[in-house]
Amino acid sequence: MALSGIQIYKLLPQTNCKECGFPTCLAFAMKLAAKQVELGSCPYVSDASKKQLAESAAPPIRLITLKAGTEVKAGNEVVMFRHEKTFYNKPGLFVRVKASDPELAAKAAKADAYKVNYVGMDFTVDGFAVEADGGDFVGAVKAVRNMTRRPLILIADDAALLDSALSLLAGESALIYAANSSNYEALADVAKKYKAALVLKADSFDAFADLTQKVQAKGVEDMVLDLGGKNLGEWLARSTQARRLAIKANQRALGYPTIFFAGQSGPEKEAVYAAQAIAKYAGFVVLDTFTPELAYALLVLRENIYTDPQKPIQVQPGIYEINSPNADSPVLVTTNFSITYFSVANEVEGSGLPAWLVVTDAEGMSVLTAWAAGKFDAERIAKAIKGFDVASKINKKRIVLPGHVAVLSGELEEELAGWEIRVGPREAVDLPAFMKQVLN
Amino acid sequence: MPIEIPKDKWPGSIKKVTLGGTSAEGGTRAKSVTVGGETTLPYLHFEAPTPNKPLIAIEIKSHKPDDWSPLLAEIWGDAMNDPARWAQKAEEAGADLIVLALTLADSPDDAVKVVKSVLGATGLPLIVWGPGQAEKDNDLLVPVAEATKGEKLMLGICEDKNYRTIVAAAMANGHVIQARTPMDVNLAKQLNILITDMGLPADRIMMDPTTGALGYGIEYGYSVMERLRLAALQGDAMTQLPMIVTPGFEAWKAKESKVGEGVPEAWGDWKARAIHWETLTAIALVESGADIIVLRHPESVKRVKDTIEELVTV
Ligand code: B12
Ligand code: SF4
Repeated sequence: MALSGIQIYKLLPQTNCKECGFPTCLAFAMKLAAKQVELGSCPYVSDASKKQLAESAAPPIRLITLKAGTEVKAGNEVVMFRHEKTFYNKPGLFVRVKASDPELAAKAAKADAYKVNYVGMDFTVDGFAVEADGGDFVGAVKAVRNMTRRPLILIADDAALLDSALSLLAGESALIYAANSSNYEALADVAKKYKAALVLKADSFDAFADLTQKVQAKGVEDMVLDLGGKNLGEWLARSTQARRLAIKANQRALGYPTIFFAGQSGPEKEAVYAAQAIAKYAGFVVLDTFTPELAYALLVLRENIYTDPQKPIQVQPGIYEINSPNADSPVLVTTNFSITYFSVANEVEGSGLPAWLVVTDAEGMSVLTAWAAGKFDAERIAKAIKGFDVASKINKKRIVLPGHVAVLSGELEEELAGWEIRVGPREAVDLPAFMKQVLN
Repeated sequence: MPIEIPKDKWPGSIKKVTLGGTSAEGGTRAKSVTVGGETTLPYLHFEAPTPNKPLIAIEIKSHKPDDWSPLLAEIWGDAMNDPARWAQKAEEAGADLIVLALTLADSPDDAVKVVKSVLGATGLPLIVWGPGQAEKDNDLLVPVAEATKGEKLMLGICEDKNYRTIVAAAMANGHVIQARTPMDVNLAKQLNILITDMGLPADRIMMDPTTGALGYGIEYGYSVMERLRLAALQGDAMTQLPMIVTPGFEAWKAKESKVGEGVPEAWGDWKARAIHWETLTAIALVESGADIIVLRHPESVKRVKDTIEELVTV
């Protein structure tokens, strides 16, 4: 847990010698707590203090990175609620395939090729979990690895089998599932040999704390916890408890990300189970079902929950060309909130109609939010039209406003003398029809 | 190594709100329902049980809407032309309450008539929304409130610009109020203060913190609900009210649910996607403390009900 300025002060020499450039040790401690200076600026810190300070700076939940051709990270979280700061590492979405499944390669290929765009960002699944369920496990791992560059989770409890499979994955960081109190020694050895991370299973937090320490003693640092549990209520409770123990109680022995299997009661419930896991603290989520509609919904939910609440997703203000506009194409005005921009841009683009899209600086707010907050008013719109020199690009001085801010048209006429102000439809879906029928 | 699980003990708790008047209270509802009463964050059984599980309301309209997704038109069919039948079908689909949304086309007489016919068709407690324009809301909701004394309806949707008349009508006729603010803790508190200052007891108000759909601002709704619930548990009286949210309305406005053609292939099957959209929007809000969840599609109702059941089963 991060130390306060006062706590840090107690670890400093307290001689106020000023060599760090601050008048007192306390002043320096305050700067350290705010992470504005480096400890190295004080030449007199004892080794014991250095160690304590380094430990306190370690993240309460260990960062685990799985890596192959792409990588996925979990851990490093610092809060219980996203509004307190933000959630950092989006839970990795993995698709499980079983070694005995004759369709395994096809299933993996379909999920691997999946890509969906949400407000300008391309999302994919993060990797695959291959399960040894009696079929040819090593062959299955080989087949999946030939199909995808994404990181793998290997589900097996036989150390020799895991060893053979991991030997195929040189240079990668995979995740092994799962060690318990009876097999951890053999699995920890394999994990160590291949620098893989290891999932642990236990019945209680007491048992988890013992197990993580034993595995650590075997030389494995990267661990992930499978908390178990029987239903949504219990998963929520355990997940919350694990997060609190790591973050609020500073329990190092439990400071690891968690993994959750969403397909436990069939595909009907999978979306809901995965949704709770995404919102409530999972580090890795394993799906049994892959369908585009499920993946899309979960990827969007994950993006929403992990968006930094301090900064809405925005696009750069400016004048955007859609479908190669010319001097006779219409000028549409909107805000720089990503969701708003893409709602409009996608509609216009899909219609094939050319247009200039003027994106004003509305501090990343939607049309109505920005209007209500005074960030999308006649003055700002006029400033954008002039600032981006829209007039030089077109023959006819005419702009189209979003229907929701029809009230602005009067004022805008004053701000933009000589321009025609048109009010468009309220929803972007209706823009193409409006452009065809009303403009021209 | 013995690990002690950190538990929160909160000074505050959420008030209980009861909807639906039975014959004992001069109404005609088969039974009343109660929400609220929480003493900790949602479903943390290791701290406290969930005293009243969240309820599902299904939204119907006084006139068949022409801007709803064809998927909704398909599932409700002809019943959409007859609010009484629509309400019955909603009850069969598992609704705990009905939301009847009036429209601009309704006259005050029509409004009273349609509310009465829905009350006659189902024994479930009823929530009535005006069409969403201040003056028209007042025109319709006041006579409805008067004609249904004893039924303990919830009337909405009150906002800061438009609450006085509706609150007065609710006060005089024993109804409950749905108070909406745009995703802001302080605005929510302020509206609750204004409404209670008029004399309506706090246990006859539900907060509607406003939500956005999955992909369209749900993170704001999600976080403001978590913040409202935390403030309430910490003891801030004017946030200690149960919450009603409208994920059905928001999710079915999204292009993902509304249309099946001209969308990216990566969006997958339309119907399955639309249900996921409504369900996941709702589940996120259930996790952040919703007490009444207003939905539109029977399949989402089933999934969200199952989820709540599983969350409250220890
Ligand atoms: C999410 C949200 C917020 C978020 C901000 C999100 C953001 N980055 O903008 C937060 C919580 C911060 C917020 C704050 C506020 N909000 Co707010 N918010 C919303 C909410 C729920 C959704 C907005 C949204 O994202 N919509 C999606 C985007 C895509 O919509 P859009 O930008 O309008 O774009 C659509 C159309 O306008 C059209 N379009 C866009 N561009 C163009 C261009 C052309 C040419 C055309 C034809 C069409 C077109 O296409 C798009 C898709 O159809 C709405 C209510 C709701 N459910 O709609 C309230 C809402 C917009 N907020 C409102 C208010 C009042 C506020 C606050 C002032 C409240 C306050 N005092 O705190 C603040 C202002 C911000 C501030 N002071 O910092 C009110 C506005 C009321 C009004 N009519 O004036 C609303 C309507 C809620 C309500 N019913 O009261 N809000
Ligand atoms: S250099 Fe070290 S000992 Fe000297 S004042 Fe700064 S913190 Fe204190």
